[in-house]
Amino acid sequence: MAELVAVIASTHHPFYYRASNSTGEDRAPFVDEWVRKVEAFRETLTLARPDILVMVGSDHFHQLWLDNMPQFLVGKAPFYDANFYNEEREFGLPKMLLKGHEDLSSHVLREGLDAGFDLAFSNEMRIDHSITCPIITLRPANDLPIVPIYTNIFAPPLPRPERFVQLGRTLRQLIESWPADQRVAVIGTGHLSLELGGPRQFGPHGPDPVFDQKAVGWIAGGDISECLAEVSLESLHLPGNATHGFMDFMLMMGVAGEGQKADYVDTYDLYHTMEAYFTWYPNGDPR
Amino acid sequence: MSKYLLNKFLYTVDRDPALVERYREDPAGTVRWWESTQANRIINCVDGEASTWLRFEESERAALAEHDHVALFELGAHPFLTLTLFIALFERDYPEPLGFQQEYARRMAHVTLPYPDIAT
Repeated sequence: MAELVAVIASTHHPFYYRASNSTGEDRAPFVDEWVRKVEAFRETLTLARPDILVMVGSDHFHQLWLDNMPQFLVGKAPFYDANFYNEEREFGLPKMLLKGHEDLSSHVLREGLDAGFDLAFSNEMRIDHSITCPIITLRPANDLPIVPIYTNIFAPPLPRPERFVQLGRTLRQLIESWPADQRVAVIGTGHLSLELGGPRQFGPHGPDPVFDQKAVGWIAGGDISECLAEVSLESLHLPGNATHGFMDFMLMMGVAGEGQKADYVDTYDLYHTMEAYFTWYPNGDPR
Repeated sequence: MSKYLLNKFLYTVDRDPALVERYREDPAGTVRWWESTQANRIINCVDGEASTWLRFEESERAALAEHDHVALFELGAHPFLTLTLFIALFERDYPEPLGFQQEYARRMAHVTLPYPDIAT
């Protein structure tokens, strides 16, 4: 059977690529420390020696549109082109090409459908920065095949937080029941408190540092029940109007499991939003 | 109210570099052209299989024609779509990094929770 060697949850800050490549006067004072933190986080994935990456993210109105919007979608393709014109324009992200892993995609789709998730699929999927940002930060060599999974945290009506946790639990079962001698890591990205297009955007910190501290505590401690007791679709409007991206962190808590403390936790308080990095090793810490 | 159509305008203009420039230079003309020729196109269907029923409310047409992102927010346009397109339109006019984004927020300082519903 496949082995789940690492579970990683991260924010995806689209400015990291440009910031980390900046030099001279263009390099902001906070960048060196940010790069150091990202490289330490990267090491937690490298040490797990994965063969395949299951990547959980969310399309930001790129390929998926309101005339045909899936709640949960699994890519099944041999390759995935990546990043869109408006991400090059706004964030300076490069065009990328990622390899797919169709066998694992097929397994996740078939067994996921049978486990009660009516997963949509895509045979030609261009992926966006929710997945390319963690490739850039965690696996810049871009040398591993991926299975992309998109969640709808963006276009209401959204699935409820409980459903994200359930999908995470199911995803873990699907991976661990895959009859292949492969080492699989699951990487999911989302947000802590975040405001986009509203009065609280682009402040000196995330829009709700109190929520961020609580959220980091829930994730680091694997406190799924406590988190679910406080977080709802309605409550997530309060910390910032784009905070529903936190549900992808909840999905990753579902993958890691109730009460499972993260083996690696780091945060970085940046303008606009707090960065947060978590790694669990379900089958033993390789460090 | 046609929040979906507002979003469709923002989405289809944002993804097309030539349309971004056209909307920056001639917002009212671009909105007129778009509503009469593009609003009913179904993105994944050929032209002959367009819709027949989509049109803006006057307040929506005016908000788009005036580049009024505060009005678009109040009308329930998706804030991510509005922000992304407006950064493409106007960030270039502000010398400081994030200058436009912070001005965008300042113009909305009067907005309080709960924000307008963005469900379509």
